[in-house]
Amino acid sequence: MASYLKMPKLSDTMTEGVLAKWLKKEGDPVSIDEDVAEVETDKATMAMQSFDEGILHKIYVKEGESVPLGAHLALILAEGEEPPANADQPPVVATAPAENQDVASMKTTSSTAAIPTPVSVAAVTAPVVAAAAPVSTETTRIKASPLARKLAREHGIDLGQVIGTGPGGRIVKNDVDTAAAAPAGGGGSLGLLPRAQAKANQTIPLSNIRRVIAQRLLESKTTIPHFYLHIEVDTEPLMALREQVNAASVGSGGPKYTVNDFVMRGLVLAIGSVPGVNASFQGDSILQYGEVHLAVAVAIEAGLVTPVIRSAQSKSIRELSEELKALAGKAREKKLTPNEMTGGTITISNLGAYGISHFDAIINPPQAAILSVGTILKQPVVNDQGQIVPGQRMNIGLSGDHRVVDGAVGAQFLSELKRFLETPVLLIS
Amino acid sequence: MATYDLIVIGGGPAGYVGAIRAAQLGKKVACIENDRAGGTCLNWGCIPTKALLKNAEMYLNLKNKAADFGLSFDNLSYDWSKVIGRSRQVSDKLAGGIEFLFKKNKIDYLRGTAALAGNSPTGSVRIDVAGTDGKSETHEAKNVLLATGCHARDLPFLKFDGKRVIGAREAMLMPEQPKEMLIVGAGAIGIEFAYFYNAYGTKVTIVEMMDHLLPVEDTEVSQTLERAYKKQGINFLTATKTTAAKVTDSGVELTVEPVKGGESKTLHGDVCLVAVGVGAVLPAGCEKLELTDRKFVKTNERYQTNLPGVSAAGDIIGPPWLAHVASFEAIHAVESMFDPKHQSRKVDIFPGCTYCHPEVASVGLTERACKEQGIAVKVGKFPFQASGRALAAGEPEGFVKLIYGEKYGELLGAHIIGAEATELIAEMGLAITLEATYEELENTIHAHPTLSEAIHEATGVAYGRAIHI
Repeated sequence: MASYLKMPKLSDTMTEGVLAKWLKKEGDPVSIDEDVAEVETDKATMAMQSFDEGILHKIYVKEGESVPLGAHLALILAEGEEPPANADQPPVVATAPAENQDVASMKTTSSTAAIPTPVSVAAVTAPVVAAAAPVSTETTRIKASPLARKLAREHGIDLGQVIGTGPGGRIVKNDVDTAAAAPAGGGGSLGLLPRAQAKANQTIPLSNIRRVIAQRLLESKTTIPHFYLHIEVDTEPLMALREQVNAASVGSGGPKYTVNDFVMRGLVLAIGSVPGVNASFQGDSILQYGEVHLAVAVAIEAGLVTPVIRSAQSKSIRELSEELKALAGKAREKKLTPNEMTGGTITISNLGAYGISHFDAIINPPQAAILSVGTILKQPVVNDQGQIVPGQRMNIGLSGDHRVVDGAVGAQFLSELKRFLETPVLLIS
Repeated sequence: MATYDLIVIGGGPAGYVGAIRAAQLGKKVACIENDRAGGTCLNWGCIPTKALLKNAEMYLNLKNKAADFGLSFDNLSYDWSKVIGRSRQVSDKLAGGIEFLFKKNKIDYLRGTAALAGNSPTGSVRIDVAGTDGKSETHEAKNVLLATGCHARDLPFLKFDGKRVIGAREAMLMPEQPKEMLIVGAGAIGIEFAYFYNAYGTKVTIVEMMDHLLPVEDTEVSQTLERAYKKQGINFLTATKTTAAKVTDSGVELTVEPVKGGESKTLHGDVCLVAVGVGAVLPAGCEKLELTDRKFVKTNERYQTNLPGVSAAGDIIGPPWLAHVASFEAIHAVESMFDPKHQSRKVDIFPGCTYCHPEVASVGLTERACKEQGIAVKVGKFPFQASGRALAAGEPEGFVKLIYGEKYGELLGAHIIGAEATELIAEMGLAITLEATYEELENTIHAHPTLSEAIHEATGVAYGRAIHI
């Protein structure tokens, strides 16, 4: 029986998807659960499988095209079946897609019922919908007063480069005068080094993933009252222990632990003492999570993803380490499933590998806290005897949602984390 | 005690407008007023005087122009108490309207006298209110807007006594019409009352130190007004200063002499209206408030005073003392309070109107000011004498005078004297705000027959393209 392949909903925030690549061409046989295409969602690129078997009769959506959820992508016919009369055109989608009828699905479709829905769904949806609306090809109209236009013409000023301060951002005389008075580009050079050649400005279209990052982080930074705490951790005991553990582990064919593995474990334990940071603001209440679903920021070529280690509170450092390695690998190959990227209750971001000493991270909504881990620096420290000696320090920051976490709670949490990291035997026991 | 996002002190055109805007922004607001909502404008200024002036205009038209229109009647008379009474009714109605707006916007309207009472430990501003009902309360607000306005100023030798030496407030309530009235000051207030009382037959004499009536207006406008006033029988002494006064039970005697020196003379009136300017009304507790050298409240670009959490808007922050300017300032003050990104603006371009007959209205620079500032201009002037609509209405007096920058042709100033001048000026204000040049004015079709065609034609005159002159 003829069936249509439709754009499936592959993540909570997804409203449209880009058909990145067809893995089958018209006329190819397809079987149930076989990969037929790659779809780029707002989070990652994923393989899409067929629900039916038969022949891929007609492809409606070209590679690179973006279509809304439920849009007809292709027609699959049973072997020997006559194509319907209208097979050359996809049927018109009347209403919102009914997800359950999709003939394609992801391999991983386990229930996400236990996972809180990110509060940002609505906010993310809006701009995407707007972007899907027909885009005017007209150049943007520049709002400028007639006098400002005359002045700009005379001074040879491009009004597109002038910032308007009049009502509604209109460019007025003053703005053109200011622009005309500004020094014309570039200061002097020492003349020692050849100057780099000027390159043309590049316009880089937003990928879905970049658009979501922009939307979510803007929303987070502008709607969540962030506050920031930092604490210094003496990493000498941790580094000594890590050396021993790694020597033993690698010797017996086990994994090599990173500093981050220890910090993850420390974080989970510190939440045990101060559960208030593992929570979410719900408008009229605060949801304090019973489990720790630990989201870890992983930089990939296309941007940033945060795969989630589920139920991290019940995992050993070895389990945490192995799971993160697996997730990070999948992230780099764009193979993460939606389920692996949603439902985090707290996030950890580590820029230590880049030599960053300390930084403040933006909260990943609907979570209420994110940990920012810096590099380990060798530095002079004052010991108990009041002497300056060489030491090692790592800076850990906490960005908290003040609606949920008060400064004192955040501080207790960081000091607990410090206690665990400075007594690292607790992390491996 | 209640806690507010904003307490506005004063319910005039700055205060009530600021309070409503803050309420529109979702803030909890109180407005404290010790007299009546609407302030000077609505109760003792703009509105009741416009009612009086309409009476005067109607009476004069019937008296002087009726025959031209083929009307005749005997025994034209008026009832003075009804003239004054109608003006009060208009004010009463509008003041009630503002109380309704407070209710609609859920603003707490507190009747009483406010005083600044320092800051709370959290930094909020404390306000003591001595209620008109005799109760005293203290409230707190994160922000306070001072909008207490101004009072009329008198002269050292000519102190207000409410009977013989009066300000505008008494002038609009005179229980009996005076036979002779002296007016010191030929600004908008002096000029309007001169027209009003003269219309009803009071012998009016204006004394002005500057060279012309309405000295801030374009000189040609002042000269045209002077001709019109002379024709109406209003006496005026310009470039003349008042040096002494003698107040008796029967009236006031002023000694005046030319500013440049010369023979002094004595003027007599039943009453003397002093309209030489205004001074700020400061609530109690303002001792630490920084003032300008003319004793108005000093504010920055965002209308903040030197006291934390205290902003000010309206007449209290200095000239121009105009209701529409006060409202504009209050809106910018309030938006600056609650929106750190708000681009606040101080007032530079504003229309000024005088509702005598012929009316006078202007916006932007005068030709005189352009000359002083060294701005090269093109001037276009079109008389209402050549306007079909003005002739049809029997209002041939006056003209439209437009001042354009010579180089770019931007409208710099507009000066109108004549019927409906105060309504015509709105288009000119918009044109200046939009930085329109003569081309936009010229390419805008103005309806025929209207007085506004004179604006179009004045633009044509400036560029040698007028059709009807």
